[in-house]
Amino acid sequence: MEFSPDERTQHLLHLADNALILGQRLSEWCGHGPVLEQDIAIINTALDQIGQARMLYQHAGKQLNPALDEDRLAFFRTENQFFNFTMLELPNGDWAQTLVRQFFFDTYNYLQYERLLESTDPALKAIAGKAIKEIGYHAQFSAEWVIRLGDGTEESHRRAQDAVDRLWPYIGEFFESDGFSASAADRNAAPLPSDLRPLWEEKIDAVLDEAGLQKPVLHWFQTGGRRGQHTEHMGYILAEMQFLPRLHPEAQW
Amino acid sequence: MEPHNDNWKIWEVFIRSKNGLSHKHVGSLHAPDAEMAIKNARDVYTRRSEGISIWVVPSEAITSSAPDEKDELFTPADDKVYRHPTFYDIPDEVGHI
Repeated sequence: MEFSPDERTQHLLHLADNALILGQRLSEWCGHGPVLEQDIAIINTALDQIGQARMLYQHAGKQLNPALDEDRLAFFRTENQFFNFTMLELPNGDWAQTLVRQFFFDTYNYLQYERLLESTDPALKAIAGKAIKEIGYHAQFSAEWVIRLGDGTEESHRRAQDAVDRLWPYIGEFFESDGFSASAADRNAAPLPSDLRPLWEEKIDAVLDEAGLQKPVLHWFQTGGRRGQHTEHMGYILAEMQFLPRLHPEAQW
Repeated sequence: MEPHNDNWKIWEVFIRSKNGLSHKHVGSLHAPDAEMAIKNARDVYTRRSEGISIWVVPSEAITSSAPDEKDELFTPADDKVYRHPTFYDIPDEVGHI
């Protein structure tokens, strides 16, 4: 698909792609949660993410000429046309890895959406108003889990620390503030990502400290998601998500 | 999908559906502690807007009557119909009591 969205649309797609790719990943837990209660909880979160993605795609699709609907945007773009953070496309790993990723991203997302409540883009502001309550709950839920895993058994602590170490290289991307993120901030449509970092670090430090987990010291971070450059996992997640609509493009439920 | 170990207690869940009504028992679930029990109850029992308030109680904190004492406990009330307020007229002014 020929696709050259302007910066404003790219920014909306970035928000939407984050929600969709994370929602798709989390949905892999369906029927595989460590206990029934957690299976239901994580799938509720997956559904919230996909709901947010739908609203954002509907909004983004209207900015394009010709306009595209949410299904076109989700199922007919290729890997380098997705602008999500690479952390969100990583395989789920174990429960600790899923929840630590969730904690890092939910905390970022909550700070971001809190600022989107004041967006100069009225549709984005309205979407944020609906999403913020869901995201607030996700952030509480994942923080509670990180504390329990870190401060739980020897095994849960080891797995949680391993997850923190594994995922830490991917947090640098959250705060990159060039390209469409800079122009969204210029229009006061969204916060500048780097402005969110002090509050994010504060929250992360408090929870990791309570969990007895160590924050790694790193000087190199993964990058690329915002520019459509992804990890080797992205192609596989899109293949699974997209093959059916691509095989039967006009299929209806 | 059973817990991998038995340090997850069972909790009884009570939901209040709206203001003014009392909390009603809706079921039970597993959780490692009270706070997570509330969150699990939210995810398991209020997904379809069933409630505005949740109570959780460790199942082990509940004392229940013994099923084999059913006769002693409950049948003596069966022949005491005079305990129902049906033997006199309630004046309309009283309204609902």
